Amino acid sequence: MNVQESLAGLLVGALLLGSASAAEITILNVSYDPTRELYQDFNAAFGKYWQAKTGDTLRVKASHGGSGKQARSVIDGIDADVVTLALAFDIDAIADRGIVPLDWQKRLPSNAAPYTSTIVFLVRKGNPKAIRDWNDLVKPGVSIITPNPKTSGGARWNYLAAWAYALKQPGGSETRAREFVGQIYGNVKVLDSGARGSTTTFVERGIGDVLIAWENEAYLAIKELGPDKFEIVTPSLSILAEPPVSVVDRVVDKRATRKVAQAYLDYLYSPEGQEIAARHYYRPRDAKVSAKYAGQFGKVNLVTIDDTFGGWRYAQKTHFSDGGIFDQIYVPGGKR
Amino acid sequence: MSATIALHAGSLEHAETASTREPAWVRVVLISIALTFFAVFLLLPLGTVFAEGLRKGWAAYVAALVNDDAWDAIKLTLITAAIAVPLNLVFGVAAAWSIAKFEFPGKRLLITFIDLPFSVSPVISGLIYVLLFGAQGWFGPWLQEHDIRIIFAVPGIVLATIFVTFPFVARELIPLMEAQGSEEEEAAVVLGASGWQVFWYTTLPNIKWGLLYGVILCNARAMGEFGAVSVVSGHIRGQTNTMPLYVEILYNEYNYAAAFAVASLLALLAIVTLALKTLVERQTRRQLQEIIEPSGE
Amino acid sequence: MTSVKRYSPLPGFRLAMGYTLVYLTLIVLIPLAAVGTKTLTMGWEAFWAAVSSPRVVASYQLSFGASLLAAAINVVFGLIFAWVLVRYRFPGKGLIDSLVDLPFALPTAVAGIALATIYSENGPVGKLLEPWGIEIAYTPNGVLLALVFIGLPFVVRTVQPVLGDLEKEVEEAAAGLGASRWQTFLRIILPHIAPALLTGFAMAFARAVGEYGSVIFIAGNVPMVSEITPLLIITKLEQYDYAGATAVASVMLVFSFVLLLIINGLQGWMQNRHAKGA
Repeated sequence: MNVQESLAGLLVGALLLGSASAAEITILNVSYDPTRELYQDFNAAFGKYWQAKTGDTLRVKASHGGSGKQARSVIDGIDADVVTLALAFDIDAIADRGIVPLDWQKRLPSNAAPYTSTIVFLVRKGNPKAIRDWNDLVKPGVSIITPNPKTSGGARWNYLAAWAYALKQPGGSETRAREFVGQIYGNVKVLDSGARGSTTTFVERGIGDVLIAWENEAYLAIKELGPDKFEIVTPSLSILAEPPVSVVDRVVDKRATRKVAQAYLDYLYSPEGQEIAARHYYRPRDAKVSAKYAGQFGKVNLVTIDDTFGGWRYAQKTHFSDGGIFDQIYVPGGKR
Repeated sequence: MSATIALHAGSLEHAETASTREPAWVRVVLISIALTFFAVFLLLPLGTVFAEGLRKGWAAYVAALVNDDAWDAIKLTLITAAIAVPLNLVFGVAAAWSIAKFEFPGKRLLITFIDLPFSVSPVISGLIYVLLFGAQGWFGPWLQEHDIRIIFAVPGIVLATIFVTFPFVARELIPLMEAQGSEEEEAAVVLGASGWQVFWYTTLPNIKWGLLYGVILCNARAMGEFGAVSVVSGHIRGQTNTMPLYVEILYNEYNYAAAFAVASLLALLAIVTLALKTLVERQTRRQLQEIIEPSGE
Repeated sequence: MTSVKRYSPLPGFRLAMGYTLVYLTLIVLIPLAAVGTKTLTMGWEAFWAAVSSPRVVASYQLSFGASLLAAAINVVFGLIFAWVLVRYRFPGKGLIDSLVDLPFALPTAVAGIALATIYSENGPVGKLLEPWGIEIAYTPNGVLLALVFIGLPFVVRTVQPVLGDLEKEVEEAAAGLGASRWQTFLRIILPHIAPALLTGFAMAFARAVGEYGSVIFIAGNVPMVSEITPLLIITKLEQYDYAGATAVASVMLVFSFVLLLIINGLQGWMQNRHAKGA
């Protein structure tokens, strides 16, 4: 894109994306925070695959941010050919505006989530606060870092995992769970707006005793910033997090990129794609790849959002809407 | 707001006499406070940017700046400033000409409107364009039908930048041109000069330093704007990331050294801005004195 | 000089004024009107609910409270800065005079990450403060710190010229009449620079209330505790609550506009006093 183009573009009030080059196909993947490294690798691999298959050069552009913010961009008209977000609710929000069909989750296998993850704890080396499970988080003096469930997809999984734990304990009930999750958020020190912000706060800034995080994010932090500083603690029970993907129909139909966008998502399910996901610490769906990487993931009892919470729309409405349970239990105002 | 005032600031020093001098200890304390505050609040952040940028060594520093993503961000930042600054420059001259050289009702209100973008939160500056041009906004459906991109593309970023830097040149020129009066221009008109001639040969030489000053500040803000641009950008790598947004992205990627390396370029821009500004200030003061002195007190 | 009304024989009024109004309307007024109309479509009850929920009110308290406090701190330090820059000679003065505007020239995101690095628990200054139990980064103190940083030049640059214009003879006369230095400061100097201080205060305050970039990196962004109003607008957007975001934005807009009118009034007052004094 050069200056004259931009000037002309501004003068007519228009600037078409992708007009820079005709020989090259570009697609845009609008994704959430912790997938930057995953898609960097995956985009390169898919580019090669696509060129070998069709001869076209493909450039996959990426945009990362909090899942809700990214969905907002799609709703406001960003030209995303595919979305790969943190939770189904965010794609539901896009579907509600007619940008993707309402049954988008049925179009791809496994709830349209080609890889899964779960929620674990990242603690400082040696685990000085002896954190083994969720109930250790509510002890007095434990300072927790987790993002804000109102804005971060990852944070909603964190919240629901804690809720599910309390629910499944002996004598567990809605009331008990509500109290337990309230206690956890009473110990939260910094509530960043996105998962990545929380990791930065915990890892780089040295704040807090425990980070509640995506499993893949926790492994990545250890890999990037040193196994001598942190440890991963896998709780006894957690939630099966399914970060879903979808083609954005309104955009691919307009840009005539449906074929490549669809192939892009299908490739996520291929052994190569699964392998890349596993290398970035996402739990693969493919049985073979899964077996190969089984050793790298902690054993954990997983509950699903559909079974325990009645699906995302319901969970969102009950827990995270304005005035919902999160708003009711989260009244910090000084107590830390 | 601040710019107009800063223009007249500077080393207007006082001759010291015994009766108006503070005791030595007071002076030492005040100077120490100022120096400490200066060191902790201004020098330390500036130093930190460069120190953190170079933490992984010179090679990593260069590598952080010489790659496609960084280069695209730099280019976009330059393009944005190259469009926003001239537009606001032309506006600033037109606004100052009509406000400083003519009397009309509603002048104060007009000045207040021109000032408005100064005090509007950058977040709101971005939000307004989303409300206008977003797919759910006023013009959104029409724009989509005609396949015109504003939000999440270069025009949106440019518009948001124009908004936040809107008053800089105008606010610099208005007081300057008011102070200068219009006698020279009126004389030129009487002598038969055309409007453009009056502007080019009489007004422009008189306001050139003030104009430059406004442009420098406008440019610094245009290149450094974060909040407003962040709302309309969409953060597409290599496409809609300006330098400040790219800094945020790197920062969020555990790439602190690279984030600070790119940040150091922006800090360098700030330093150059301040150096130019000091230089121009000196020139303006000289010019102001030339205006004030011949006319007497 | 400016109060003399006159007929101007100069050309170009229509062109310049027309262009000014068209550009102003396109870039500023129409977009801002979008906030107004979007807010009007909400209905009073929804609007009131959006702008008065506890979390929003907490963010006003933080944004306005921290901004007021930061502006007050800037009045004190800004005055000291202006004072030593105008009245004393010391090494490094030229450098300080130039760099006072740094917060104005440094992109806010850069300032934000630098401040967060310096004042976090393992940063150079944060490390020194930690044993004393003082936490800055990721607490409301961090918000205050960032706002003090960005507000400093406003006070210094408003007070500096006024202080420089102060006639030395008056101070000498006061001293001659037996006033102590401190009395002279309180009775003579302070009243003279008060409008400038107030203007600087108002400008630093106005800027601080809307500030975003430098704050979000260093504030903990905890709702009800360290979440500023501009961030809350973003948060509402990210929850697809466009109406709510716009409603809060409209409250801030009205506030900015009123504050701006006050500042312009103050500046007029300053100019008048200046004109009388000269």
